[in-house]
Amino acid sequence: MSWVRDRLLDKLHYLGHQSLNAFARLGRGSLLLLQLIFAVPQAIMRWRLILQQIYSVGVLSLLIIIVSGFFVGMVLSFQGYITLVDYGAEESLGTMVALSLVRELGPVVTALLFAGRAGSALTAEIGLMKATEQLSGMEMMAVDPIKRVLAPRFVAGLISLPILAMIFSAVGVLGGEFVGVGLLGVDGGSFWSQMQASVDFRDDVLNGMIKGVVFGWVASWIALFEGYDAVPTSSGVSSATTRTVVHTSLAVLGLDFILTALMF
Amino acid sequence: MAEINQSRFLIKITDLHFSQRGRKIFDGANIEIERGKITAIMGPSGAGKTTLLKLIGGQRHPDTGSVEVDGVNVHKLSRRKLYALRKKMGMLFQSGALLTDLTVFENVAFPLREHTRLPELMIRDLVLMKLESVGLRGAKNLMPAELSGGMARRVAMARAIALEPMMVFYDEPFTGQDPISMGVLVKLIKKLNSVLEMTSVIVSHDVAETAAIADYIYLISEGKVVAKGTPEELNRTDSEWAQQFMQGLADGPVPFHYPASDYATELMEPK
Ligand SMILES: Nc1ncnc2c1ncn2[C@@H]1O[C@H](COP(=O)(O)OP(=O)(O)O)[C@@H](O)[C@H]1O
Ligand SMILES: [Mg+2]
Repeated sequence: MSWVRDRLLDKLHYLGHQSLNAFARLGRGSLLLLQLIFAVPQAIMRWRLILQQIYSVGVLSLLIIIVSGFFVGMVLSFQGYITLVDYGAEESLGTMVALSLVRELGPVVTALLFAGRAGSALTAEIGLMKATEQLSGMEMMAVDPIKRVLAPRFVAGLISLPILAMIFSAVGVLGGEFVGVGLLGVDGGSFWSQMQASVDFRDDVLNGMIKGVVFGWVASWIALFEGYDAVPTSSGVSSATTRTVVHTSLAVLGLDFILTALMF
Repeated sequence: MAEINQSRFLIKITDLHFSQRGRKIFDGANIEIERGKITAIMGPSGAGKTTLLKLIGGQRHPDTGSVEVDGVNVHKLSRRKLYALRKKMGMLFQSGALLTDLTVFENVAFPLREHTRLPELMIRDLVLMKLESVGLRGAKNLMPAELSGGMARRVAMARAIALEPMMVFYDEPFTGQDPISMGVLVKLIKKLNSVLEMTSVIVSHDVAETAAIADYIYLISEGKVVAKGTPEELNRTDSEWAQQFMQGLADGPVPFHYPASDYATELMEPK
């Protein structure tokens, strides 16, 4: 029976190893987050670097955000209309579309798209810089890569994601109007006035923005950490990129549940 | 005279022990590098030459033993002081390590922009001077991806000397170069060493080129210094190991093969 024991021990050993690895990664990740936070004030002094990053992280994500926002708004409007019309409540269509977008879909879908578009690119960029010794080279030139390379990207992510989420929601409302008012014949006046009457700035818009900020924080942190912690080879960078998208998506969905439970 | 206080050696490595992932890389190495000279550290691939440079630069920590640069122990410095010391070191990485999103000009300007507050015009002049000294002033607007391997290494060299460091480390500067750029690099290293009076350390396994410009050579193998001396001394030495390495012979005390079972047996073995 000794082989059974050996295999059990093997499995146990493997499990222990994996959990140790996970804890070590969590530790390194938290350390990096602290270093990033301490580097933010200095990064802000060099706003030019941040602007460049807002361009590549934010502006280059605009197209996918606008197109997706419009489609999500259109679909919401279709589905909402089908349900609401049974109750003769199709005037509330605007409210329904706007609330779904501002409270939930805006920040969440934006964060998921951000992970795929900008997060993966950040991880790949940092990982490749590590693999080609650019980060190591900076250290030898007495330049701290966390301050010079990572921090500006972190700040850019923090700023970009909430703004992208707002744009997503705004475009989504337009998509909703296009389908609801334009195609399905809901009265335009009540579409807008009901929306204005029932969407609250503090409860809905501000809470949605807070979600955007939290997701921006988490998405940039995970993307930068995966790149910085990547095994410096091509396969290491590619698996780090995959992990960024998977971990960010899971983290965003989990956090959204918690935030929603706390806020609404 | 300030020189009276200075020791003859800029870098002193004493009884260095270092292991990585359970593998011993250094096992009691002693190396001294003289000011203003070109010192070569040679050894087979995987001997730990790159690791040695990282130890000197403070990117790796020795298990025991010490690394002193200009009279201070590198691994006892605070982060701030270590960074200050690194500004006096220029490092030419094996891969060049140029920043891929910056032009050649901006790569050379990078250390100046990060560490000085010089006006733009002065930075421009300094960068052009450094690029001129490596013969690449005309390539200033190219991106690193547009450079050949030899050009990239020369740009990296211009960047390494941008802050006029006290010492420059070259990691395998000759590997993978065609004969012409090899000649250019050899001349450049010599010129930089004599004109700028920098202490130069070349880490390499290219025996002929390195021996041609080195003032002093250390041969390392299996974590220890196995031979040292001027190129002439090493050529005349009766150490079998040094002879094998200097002449580039495949057979000798250094095995060419990684330890393995008998070749014929393994070929005949059923799967
Ligand atoms: N980051 C690392 N992690 C683990 N082992 C490494 C690492 N870098 C190098 N090594 C190992 O250390 C040894 C020395 O490497 P290196 O200093 O690069 O040798 P050299 O430059 O002389 O060819 C090699 O056996 C290499 O496999
Ligand atoms: Mg090497």
